[in-house]
Amino acid sequence: MPNELSTWEVFVRSQNGIAHRHIGSVQASDSAMALQYARDVYTRRDNFVSLWVVASEHVISSAGQDLVAWFETAHDKDYRQATYYPVPQGVQHL
Amino acid sequence: MNTLERAGTSLSNYLLRLGDSALIISQQLCGWCGHAPTLEEDVALSNIALDLLGQSRLWLEYAGASMVPAQDEDDLAYRRDAHQFRNVLLVEQPNGNFADTQVRQFLFDSWHCLLLTELSSSTDTKIGAIATKARKEATYHLQHSSQWIVRLGDGSARSHRYAQRALELCADYVGELFEMDAIDLELANVGIGADMAALQPQWQAYVEQVLAAANLVYPANPIKRRGGKRGQHSELLVGVLMEMQHLARSYPGAQW
Repeated sequence: MPNELSTWEVFVRSQNGIAHRHIGSVQASDSAMALQYARDVYTRRDNFVSLWVVASEHVISSAGQDLVAWFETAHDKDYRQATYYPVPQGVQHL
Repeated sequence: MNTLERAGTSLSNYLLRLGDSALIISQQLCGWCGHAPTLEEDVALSNIALDLLGQSRLWLEYAGASMVPAQDEDDLAYRRDAHQFRNVLLVEQPNGNFADTQVRQFLFDSWHCLLLTELSSSTDTKIGAIATKARKEATYHLQHSSQWIVRLGDGSARSHRYAQRALELCADYVGELFEMDAIDLELANVGIGADMAALQPQWQAYVEQVLAAANLVYPANPIKRRGGKRGQHSELLVGVLMEMQHLARSYPGAQW
């Protein structure tokens, strides 16, 4: 049986107008069971208005090989951060 | 003679039937905690067990308050013997294999939903309020067990065989769910209780629909085993109670 299960990513929305956020994953045989399990595993203690499940295999991931080229290049460019710039004297309402 | 038996009015007996059936099937489902096929199913069954335990507390609290002298929910859950329980026999059937549990749950949930829907418009406002709350939970329980019936019945050859076998075992206990004895009739006639006999065709239609999707066949001529609602139980209930009541009986008044 376990080899017939696949993994599903679970997204929850806490109120209308707010984006769904990723909360975890479940293993299930199909989408209907995945949705039920998501309800059982993640929604029991909070108030949610909506649930999504997405088959994990459909999530396109920036895998490990991209880590340096994609993300480390931002580390030494602190001038991209607002906090890099000193606040000129006399500026109000910032 | 025990105080509980002396105090038994129709209403308190009716409430005990509701509370005891929910309590015993909850206790049974707790037996899966840590043993279900997957972690997700483990959580699901435990959630359902807790929902049913919560419902049982509400029924038993009301039952106890309607008795003279009044009893609290713990008196009723932990300090009664098997013959004083009023649960239907279906819920004391063993967990067996996973198919046995899901089939038992499916037959229970499909009946429970109809019962609670009917009771939500009871002329007794307290019963109506408890049933309205419980029905929301029961609706989900039924979705869960119905999904499993289809997957087991329409799954592998082995799961199909186990589910069909479970259905044949459990069907004998369905008759009692729709039996209307003197207490049921008395309360249904004044609008407090539910006329379950009238709802059986609706139940049968739903069950047949799910079973058709599952390639399962409802047994042709099940026996009607009954007696649970009057306190006539099998020794299976004794085993369930021994485990459920062990702590409360070994350490009277224990608290944490």
